[in-house]
Amino acid sequence: MIPFDYERPSDVDGAIATATSRGSVAFLAGGTNLVDRMKLGVTEPELLVDLGGLPLDDVEELPDGGLRVGATVRNSDLAAHPVVLRDYPVLARALLSGASGQLRNLATTGGNLLQRTRCVYFQDVTTPCGKREPGTGCSAVGGSTRQHAILGASERCVATHPSDMAVAMAALDARVRVRGPEGERVIPLVDLHRLPGDEPERDTVLSGGDLITAVDLPPLPPGTRSLYRKVRDRASFAFALVSVAAVLRVEGGVVRDVRIALGGVAHKPWRATTAEEELLGGPATEEAFRRAAELELAAARPLSDNGFKVPLARNTIVAALRELSLEER
Amino acid sequence: MTEVMPPRALGQSPRRVDGPAKVTGTAPYAGDQRVTDPAYLELVQARVARGTVTGVDTTAALALDGVLAVLTPDNAPTLASTDDAELDAFRHEIGFRGQVVAAVVARTREIARQAAGLVRVEVDEHPHDVHLSADRDDLRAPEEVNAGFETDTDQGDVDAAMGEAAFSVDETYKTAWYNNNPMEPHTTTAQWTGDWLLLHDSTQGVHPTRETVAKVLGLDPEHVRVVAPHVGGGFGSKGTAHVHVVVAALAAQAVPGTPVKLALTRQQMFSLVGYRTPTIQRVRLGCDAGGRLSAVAVDVVEQTSRIKEYAEQTAVSSRMMYAAPNRRTTHRLAVLDVPVPSWMRAPGECPGMFALEAAVDELAIASGVDPVEFRIRNEPDVDPDSGKPFSSRNLVACLRDGARRFGWADRDPAPRVREEAGWLIGTGVASSTYPVNSMPGSVSTIRYVIPGRYRVEIGAADIGTGTWTSLAQVAADALGVPFEDVEMQIGDTALPNASVAGGSSGITSWGSTVVATARAFREKFGDDPDEGDEMTGEMPEASGDDYAMHAFGAQFAEVRVHVDTGEVRVPRLLGVFAAGRIVNPRLARSQLVGGMTMGLSMALHEESVLDERFGHVVNHDFAEYHIATNSDVPNVEAHWVEEDDPHVNPMGTKGIGEIGIVGTAAAIANAAYHATGVRVRELPLTLDHFLD
Repeated sequence: MIPFDYERPSDVDGAIATATSRGSVAFLAGGTNLVDRMKLGVTEPELLVDLGGLPLDDVEELPDGGLRVGATVRNSDLAAHPVVLRDYPVLARALLSGASGQLRNLATTGGNLLQRTRCVYFQDVTTPCGKREPGTGCSAVGGSTRQHAILGASERCVATHPSDMAVAMAALDARVRVRGPEGERVIPLVDLHRLPGDEPERDTVLSGGDLITAVDLPPLPPGTRSLYRKVRDRASFAFALVSVAAVLRVEGGVVRDVRIALGGVAHKPWRATTAEEELLGGPATEEAFRRAAELELAAARPLSDNGFKVPLARNTIVAALRELSLEER
Repeated sequence: MTEVMPPRALGQSPRRVDGPAKVTGTAPYAGDQRVTDPAYLELVQARVARGTVTGVDTTAALALDGVLAVLTPDNAPTLASTDDAELDAFRHEIGFRGQVVAAVVARTREIARQAAGLVRVEVDEHPHDVHLSADRDDLRAPEEVNAGFETDTDQGDVDAAMGEAAFSVDETYKTAWYNNNPMEPHTTTAQWTGDWLLLHDSTQGVHPTRETVAKVLGLDPEHVRVVAPHVGGGFGSKGTAHVHVVVAALAAQAVPGTPVKLALTRQQMFSLVGYRTPTIQRVRLGCDAGGRLSAVAVDVVEQTSRIKEYAEQTAVSSRMMYAAPNRRTTHRLAVLDVPVPSWMRAPGECPGMFALEAAVDELAIASGVDPVEFRIRNEPDVDPDSGKPFSSRNLVACLRDGARRFGWADRDPAPRVREEAGWLIGTGVASSTYPVNSMPGSVSTIRYVIPGRYRVEIGAADIGTGTWTSLAQVAADALGVPFEDVEMQIGDTALPNASVAGGSSGITSWGSTVVATARAFREKFGDDPDEGDEMTGEMPEASGDDYAMHAFGAQFAEVRVHVDTGEVRVPRLLGVFAAGRIVNPRLARSQLVGGMTMGLSMALHEESVLDERFGHVVNHDFAEYHIATNSDVPNVEAHWVEEDDPHVNPMGTKGIGEIGIVGTAAAIANAAYHATGVRVRELPLTLDHFLD
């Protein structure tokens, strides 16, 4: 670990001003991913700006019935919030399926969104990685790719985004509130993260000095059900091979609202819009679910070790929708 | 026949005497030893799998404030012995990716790590070869395999028997590359005082480590002291000294008077402390219409490193498990540019019994005989390999008792016919076995220190197994005094010589030594000794080679496989073992449950993934090298049958550290077949094998 400076501002504007004062800056929230990366030499900031002193740790109920989740709200607190438990079970389940109790007690909402891939080549400074060092290529292509992307990857990067929480938020049409040197803006969560393209080093659309202050969750109409299903190589404490966040409202056997997001399959939480369009207004049947999942996954480009993710994602989507539609009856 | 002691403390369950220190965090492990003003060591490792170091630029590292020394192939002291290439620290020739090529000593761990990143190593890279395959044309037969067993055996005519068999199996099974991951990483604190070297080392044997270090450094062993009162697991990887111990000693020599601390990172453990070789095992079994085996043949291909040979004895257990007149085993090695493989819990038996016991399950099913009954039908009268009688053999009792406890009798043999809430359910069985190993050379001293108090000294190791407690029980019974009257002193070369805590041989070897010493003490001083009376005794000569001595067990597993996702879960494991007299049921249960859990982890999760382009294990941390979590292990039961073996040793014990892992993976794979109808012949049993 190389030496670094440390600041702990007490307000958001101060944090942004401090962050834009230097070339190589990292915001420190829970630290559960950043500190690991610093130990590994993957991230070497000159300055850490600790967000622990900012007033961003509240969950606020909005007039429209939605929720505003502050950026430094801890994952364990959010998972236990009564409104989350009542109205957004998909989010509570996603949060509780991530990491371990100790990590969830530290990890924050903003930090969870901005955690970086756990691709073994990204995390190992002795192997080339264009996400870590732009222009050095992708070691995962042709290497070990069990955990890697089947959708939306490029030859420059096949890494996956590791968050569970973000997948649930993608299905909930969450909006991310960002404050930067130019002021405040709101970004749909599905647009926060990028596909790798030619710039795998850029995980998100944020730029220097941008600070996530909150995530807004819109209300769900009555009768809407949701769940999160995470499939992994052991029963606990593992990143998703495939996960599915599903939100479904069925009336009279007809799909009136459906939102599906996938984790573990792409460089970002993958909103399955093709499947959603196929299902909307149609029958809530096993055959329809399967057809929609297959349509979505027609774009999949599996790698040498992860061809199984295509049937796994298909089956998991179908199982999630089946479970939600059975609850309906 | 040995004179077996009547048990008093033996068979009781006194609590760990080291328990309070461990739960309060005051037990001094190697890295916790208080030393004055230590420096810290960080390793620089090779980034190629094969090559020659042509230069090391240490300028930037040495310029960093707080850096005390940088050792390189160009400035490191010449070693007295380089017979063991693994211990030849700072070689110019690189034999595997991750090999130590330089090391930095600095005032803090952080500075050492930063400086290590600034060391520039110039390497002339050579093409490497890390590809394990049974199809290679350069496979080599070792002179012998681990523990001194014959490389190949051949009895009868396997080919003819296979041709005549009513039912047969001819399949290839594969086990993964597994890395030892004890909770406590390998840690050494080294300090020189003149030409005396003190090592606080996390080791399974202080005396063997001393011998190795003294030889490599050219020291009088009496000038080396190794201390290890507590060790946070080893599983074989701390059974021999690895290169980091030599590096720590050399680094401390470079900063005279300053103690130097080295704790390997988790990532470094994947290349520097041994691992279990992956295996490819062709198993051929033939039986008659009644399920009686006529042929057992196992041909093993596995790997070793180019710089040092290690040949796992994978097929050895198949030589003695079941009766069959025609038998054949072979071991062949692919010699690769990989880290040096070594011991990992039950080397040989663990991977070997996966293949054999999965194949036996397949043959039992093919012949229409219940898998428990099939094994019972093939119980040998004598050791099929050596022809010797068994000192005791209670595999059948374990199978019957296990079947009763597990509820095997109601089992429908048909695969893929049980489903509950989306989970396919199956059950499976496998046998386990482990030899009774005895090591020569231990010595102990018993002293009557004050009235009512005996001090027993022996340099034995407690690697989490409970030696502090169980050896005191042995001593108490041997002396005929209450457990509380015995005080153990272990884990230090200042104490009398002790053999390694390896091969499940600890209690057999150290216990026999302590019993011999206690008997001599009583003979000389009687039952009413004077304060200060003292006796030193040695490990008796092995009582003879007249018997085949092994522990046995039966493992039962329930497996659930999810219909949609292929996820594999093991809601229940049950093992019954016949392992001689159980010294301390509380500690024994921990050992057996721990071994079974490690077997479950091997079956479902663990796999070191080699990237052949680079030559290293890419998933070298606990996020990606998956070890079973509590959620994966809901219910593990370990039981044992009463077994009186008068031949093994005066305690009547057989060793229990390793047998728990043997056969577990096969029981789980067999249960997964019963659940799904899908036969998976390679480990781990990841969900992709079961996806439709």
